[in-house]
Amino acid sequence: MAEKKFNALPGFGLTMGFTLFYLSALVIIPIGGLVVRTLGISWSEFWHLATTERALAAYKLTFGASLVAALANAIFGTLLAWVLTRYDFPGRRFIDAMVDFPFALPTAVAGLTLANLFAANGWLGKWLVPMGIKGAFTPLGVMIALTFVGMPFVVRTLQPVLENFEREVEEAAATLGAGRLRTFVTIIAPTLLPPVITGFALAFARAIGEYGSIVFISGNLPFKTEIAPQLIVMRLEEYDYAGAIALAVVLLIFSFALLAVINVLEQWASKFIKG
Amino acid sequence: MAGIAKQKLGAGYAKSQRGTEESPLAKWTLITIAMLFCLVFLLLPLANVFVQALSKGWSVYVQSLTHPDSWAAIKLTLLVAAIAVPLNVIFGLAASWAIAKFEFRGKALLITLIDLPFSVSPVVAGLMFVVLFGLQGYLGSWLQEHDIKIIFAVPGIVLATVFITFPFVARELIPIMQATGTDQEQAALTLGANGWQTFWHVTLPSVKWGLVYGIILCNARAMGEFGAVSVVSGHITGETDTMPLRVEKLYNEYQGEAAFAIASLLALLALVTLGIKTYLEWRQHREYELAQQSAAAESSDTFLESKSKNE
Repeated sequence: MAEKKFNALPGFGLTMGFTLFYLSALVIIPIGGLVVRTLGISWSEFWHLATTERALAAYKLTFGASLVAALANAIFGTLLAWVLTRYDFPGRRFIDAMVDFPFALPTAVAGLTLANLFAANGWLGKWLVPMGIKGAFTPLGVMIALTFVGMPFVVRTLQPVLENFEREVEEAAATLGAGRLRTFVTIIAPTLLPPVITGFALAFARAIGEYGSIVFISGNLPFKTEIAPQLIVMRLEEYDYAGAIALAVVLLIFSFALLAVINVLEQWASKFIKG
Repeated sequence: MAGIAKQKLGAGYAKSQRGTEESPLAKWTLITIAMLFCLVFLLLPLANVFVQALSKGWSVYVQSLTHPDSWAAIKLTLLVAAIAVPLNVIFGLAASWAIAKFEFRGKALLITLIDLPFSVSPVVAGLMFVVLFGLQGYLGSWLQEHDIKIIFAVPGIVLATVFITFPFVARELIPIMQATGTDQEQAALTLGANGWQTFWHVTLPSVKWGLVYGIILCNARAMGEFGAVSVVSGHITGETDTMPLRVEKLYNEYQGEAAFAIASLLALLALVTLGIKTYLEWRQHREYELAQQSAAAESSDTFLESKSKNE
């Protein structure tokens, strides 16, 4: 009977029709087109194209650097979320607003300015390069760019959890004689774990597909600093469609698998908050 | 009355919180590490953009921006955003109306599909349109026969941008429309308004801030998109270079100041976007607090009323 009530509103046919049309034209057909095109490549050829040595090196860097960047974000993001919700200090509101800056800044600008900062004559490179830390045109540069790009995820998934955290539980622990560190490890950390893992997965997923910021800072050396999306672009520039498509499908499958994992993680995290 | 009592309680409560707070040393160490991280990964990259852009002085800066090829890139970026954003706004309004105001099977699947472009790598997104419309693509030879250019031309850039920014408006509007429900629309219809009137005068005002939020995020991404646009643009100087692509080209040509000059405009766009976003969030937070206060006041009123009745 509930459906009767909803039917009083007009426009379902029009809006639903337009939604499905627009979604099909711009999302489903393009993705489907890529998948169908892949089916035209024989399995052995696909395997060959997707696992060339250069491709394997690119996957290794893409996944390795994304993992390191997501881990760095998990650690520093947790710290930052904690500091922003628990302490009051000058500039707190400003920093809180600035956390979203990597989302708002075009990736090309991020890559440009980071490459410049860590170059031998840049503000940071000036000090770091003599110490042997080269941030530009190295795998480390890729990690730096990916850390920048993924920075807001952990902070923003963790902040609401910390804000709603019941201080009474901590008080109880303190009353029962637990030290601050013990309270953190046994009481606070377990609650923070699900959102931190969710934020980690989101940052990781974002890093896997990232291209714009890397182009500037990595130098794009095959086998050394070339990431998978960059190799796709190279293949396209060589008019090697099959090669580009094979790599793209590998990335696509991985992204969708990660999306499914993130959905499960988010459900788990939200259960944790309610429970 | 209740409020004052609570505040007094709160004051005493704050004093007795020592057991649940870190020592000042630990606290300031944590703050320092977090701020150093922000310095390296937020503030220095931002400041660097503007310092490098102006490193050769104001006149060089203005010259870099008014260079015909850079000017063409700026105009193209504005044009692409002016097409892509309204398209996604219309889609976002239609999709959220259908999803939030009606019940149907497969709703969860539909929402997942709308969010899908967020998890596709920009480069892969660009490749999809090359596969459809490129010379070796499905429609390539047909398009060539009819002399229609999509890839390596403006339509391809628009398509790639629409794909990348597809979910922004819809995903802001769906939860807001779901939360407001359909009661107000039902009331408007009962009072004789037609569908469009209901939408314009009832639904749209109730979601207007969420809509603005979605539009500014969509716009920032549309103007700043690099990967997907890079694949379909063809990098024809003065014709298919958007601002981010122009930044890359100048960087590769060792024209650092000019690259940073255009980058500074994009960074400014990011700052404005962030400013509006922060304002909207602050506004929403305040509205929520006011609503809670008035709800609290109402409940205490009814409490007093019932008390006086009992007396």
